Amino acid sequence: MKKLRYAGVLTATVLVLAGCGGAKVGEEQKPAAGGKECGSFNLTVSPWVGYEANAAVVAYVATKDLGCKVVKKNLKEEIAWQGFGTGEVDVNLENWGHEDLKKKYIETDKVAVEAGSTGVKGVIGWYVPPWMAAKYPDITDSKNLNKYADLFKTSESGGKGQLLDGDPSYVTNDEALVKNLNLNYKVVQSGSETALIQAFRDAEKDKKPLLAYFYEPQWFFNEVKLVKVNLPTYTAGCDADPAKIACDYPPYDLDKIISKKFADSGSPAVDLVKKFQWTNEDQNAVARMIAVDKMTPDAAAEKWVTDNRAKVDAWLAK
Amino acid sequence: MAAITSDVQVEVRRPRRSVVIGVLLVAWVAAYFLLSGIHTLPLGGQETTGFHRWLTEHRDAVGAGNLVFDAIRAAVDNIVVLLQNVLSQPSYGRPVPVIGWLGVVAASAYLAWAFGNWKVALLTAAGLGFVGLQGLWQESMDTLALTIAAVLLSLLVAIPLGIWAGLSNRAFKVATLVLDLMQTLPTFVYLAPLTLFFAIGPAAATIATLIYAAPPAVRLTAHAIRNVPPESVEASRSLGSTRGQTLTKVLLPMSRSTVVVGINQTIMAALSMVTVAALIDAPGLGQTVLKALQTLDVGVAFNAGLAIVVIAIVLDRVTTAAGDRPWRTASVRRKILLGAGGVGVLVAIWFSRTYVWAAEFPTDVNLGARIAVLAADVTTWVQDVFGGLTYGVRDAVTLGVLNPLEALLTGSPWWLVGAVVVAIAAVLGRWKAAVPAVVCIGLLVGTGVWQDSMITLASTLLATIVVVAVGLTLGVWAGRNRRVDLVIRPILDAGQTMPPFVYLVPFLALFGTSRFTAIAAAVVYAVPVTVKIVADGIKAVPVATVEAATSVGSSSWQVISKVQLPVARRAITLAVNQGLIYVLAMVVVGGLVGAGALGYDVAAGFAQSELYGKGLAAGAAIVLLGVLLDRITQAAAPKPHGKGEKQ
Repeated sequence: MKKLRYAGVLTATVLVLAGCGGAKVGEEQKPAAGGKECGSFNLTVSPWVGYEANAAVVAYVATKDLGCKVVKKNLKEEIAWQGFGTGEVDVNLENWGHEDLKKKYIETDKVAVEAGSTGVKGVIGWYVPPWMAAKYPDITDSKNLNKYADLFKTSESGGKGQLLDGDPSYVTNDEALVKNLNLNYKVVQSGSETALIQAFRDAEKDKKPLLAYFYEPQWFFNEVKLVKVNLPTYTAGCDADPAKIACDYPPYDLDKIISKKFADSGSPAVDLVKKFQWTNEDQNAVARMIAVDKMTPDAAAEKWVTDNRAKVDAWLAK
Repeated sequence: MAAITSDVQVEVRRPRRSVVIGVLLVAWVAAYFLLSGIHTLPLGGQETTGFHRWLTEHRDAVGAGNLVFDAIRAAVDNIVVLLQNVLSQPSYGRPVPVIGWLGVVAASAYLAWAFGNWKVALLTAAGLGFVGLQGLWQESMDTLALTIAAVLLSLLVAIPLGIWAGLSNRAFKVATLVLDLMQTLPTFVYLAPLTLFFAIGPAAATIATLIYAAPPAVRLTAHAIRNVPPESVEASRSLGSTRGQTLTKVLLPMSRSTVVVGINQTIMAALSMVTVAALIDAPGLGQTVLKALQTLDVGVAFNAGLAIVVIAIVLDRVTTAAGDRPWRTASVRRKILLGAGGVGVLVAIWFSRTYVWAAEFPTDVNLGARIAVLAADVTTWVQDVFGGLTYGVRDAVTLGVLNPLEALLTGSPWWLVGAVVVAIAAVLGRWKAAVPAVVCIGLLVGTGVWQDSMITLASTLLATIVVVAVGLTLGVWAGRNRRVDLVIRPILDAGQTMPPFVYLVPFLALFGTSRFTAIAAAVVYAVPVTVKIVADGIKAVPVATVEAATSVGSSSWQVISKVQLPVARRAITLAVNQGLIYVLAMVVVGGLVGAGALGYDVAAGFAQSELYGKGLAAGAAIVLLGVLLDRITQAAAPKPHGKGEKQ
């Protein structure tokens, strides 16, 4: 019994001594982040991969080149806008329209200001999986949709063709469009982007018919090249009366919004955010690294910045 | 049709009532064929009523900047940040948290042993080690910090309220109503406004969690105090104890184990909020799940979900063991062991503060990546093998049951549906059920989302029937067989705490975007709680009663149907009720996979500012449906005879 106890004590001692090897906490101090003049800013990260690509690259450049501290906050769009008011969000790098919110926070409350285009073009519309476009070439004209309505019947569509709508974050005119274009379709709410992507993925894999609301840029286009259905061409003002809309969605110029407080702070990061501009291809490249190649946003940003130093230098006015 | 809608009442009806209800339903179907399509109060997806617009306009009127809210926010923020500094985030000028992983594992295991037993201590160490190996140590500690803060604050509010509701009948009635509201009101409805009150950050996330997690602790505390035998209270009074003494020396000790069950349920509820709270930047595992889902990465989402489940199981077993532990003073031997263990913990903490290997979880073995790949492979396999079959099941159920039921509810004039519901309530529970039914129907019409409510009601009824059927079967089986109980309990825990977002993607692949998918998700979420309550009810049936029945030659089926189910009927009523509330809690999640209706309205109100009012109204409609169904099922339950209700 006594021996056993000694053995125990001995093992414990050995363990303790063995444990004492190894690096000590705080031995390799990282160089203190300098760049006092930049300070820190709060960057909202909206829940889609394209946005994350923007955020990753801007945060990387701001940290490495300007020595700023970037605090990323994962927020839904609506809440990010609220954040301009409460002072907890400084930068939004990809805003999709939201005229009502601009009016409230920029014009009325004066807590946010516009910071120019991101250079990325947003497209909203109706899409079909590529196999359908190949098999029924004329399906991409909305005039022919009634001919194919039977294909799109599901358990949810009540005998009509199903038009699957998506993420509740976006305003859709689809119910009005179906009515005003006399389409024999019923709008069914999928309710989330996840549901939409999964539906398209299955549709392409199993050659199932699907007509759904979708948008570009989107990382999923890297996986399946969806084909857009052409609605009657958009002309300025054709969407003035929501109930009478009979034309396609307008092209969106995605833009940046920053808080008034940040804009007036004189931080070099303000200029970076204002000058930050790239193309759909650039964003897709980074989004692809994050979504498909499973790189961390930071690693993806580093790779892209190294490959595109000239563009980055232009943002930094070098 | 009649068979479907009356199923809920089948086991509790009296012959005369069932006839009346049957006649009512037949009359309804007949009237439907005459009147379908008129007065159905439809409202399109982007359409709003004046009431909705009014709500939208007045949303900001309540805004932040209030001193009380600011004080609460600062206090809660400080608590969470303190816990994060200790457990998860680099703090106080050091690159690591105050206590590294070794210290956390040692301290947790020690506490589990001190308050529970050595088995749960081992489980704690193994569980925490596992999440570390998954490569999710920091995220898990963030989640743990937030959960601990939310649970502590919940208990701070819930236990006193529960005691009050236990002692006063009036408080009990008010509390029941408010708790129903807190549990059924979809989180999405108050998530965005909460960030206005409490700003973006840990405080808003903690308070959102608190609202959802506190009710079980209040309910079970009140329930426990009310169930202390009156004789004990009288004995204490007659010995000259004051009210305070009676409370602390008699009521509380005697209700301890039930109160612990309440605490346990609060912890589970808090963990099930982890993903939702991540939408307003709550740190931790929820973020991992949401990020993975943006790219439909089921594997990574499952890995993070699994960590939540493991934490839940550890916390559940430790609190259960603590609740079961007899209340007695420690022996000298145990005191010495406790002291030695304490010293060991301090040594471990010192290590975790000094050496990198004990501070940061080693990343050499990344189990997480392997789990992710495995989960993704299994999902793909299931989708490929069962894909075609599942679509068939979906279509059969939708066309055969769901569509007719929904057509009846949405196609009938609102006043006809209202009249039938009120009549059923009156038959089952006289004016006590009829009056709430009238009020609820009136308010439902007032919300402006009547038709969406009826669509949601159809799915809810179907889901609840399935939940009750499955819950009763599994619950009775587990209640009668210890081994079954042991096997299915971890699965039930997983069903309750695995974030629904994780299994939505495979469900979408199996059933497409449809109402059926939403029903399936609701069933997965609501069955566990139903099974647990039924199993506990069956286990609580006195052994002597069962043996008596067996000894006179009753078959198993007779024992179940004539003895165990009737004796456990209060537990079964509670199980039906909770099953219903859990189904309603999933309505919004259902909206994310194609159920549309109220769930979609709420989600859209959260995402689009101009639809905020409609989302709020839809949230209120979900609550009203909950209250309505709750009152009707309560009224349908058999009245306890004689000494059921005390005082």
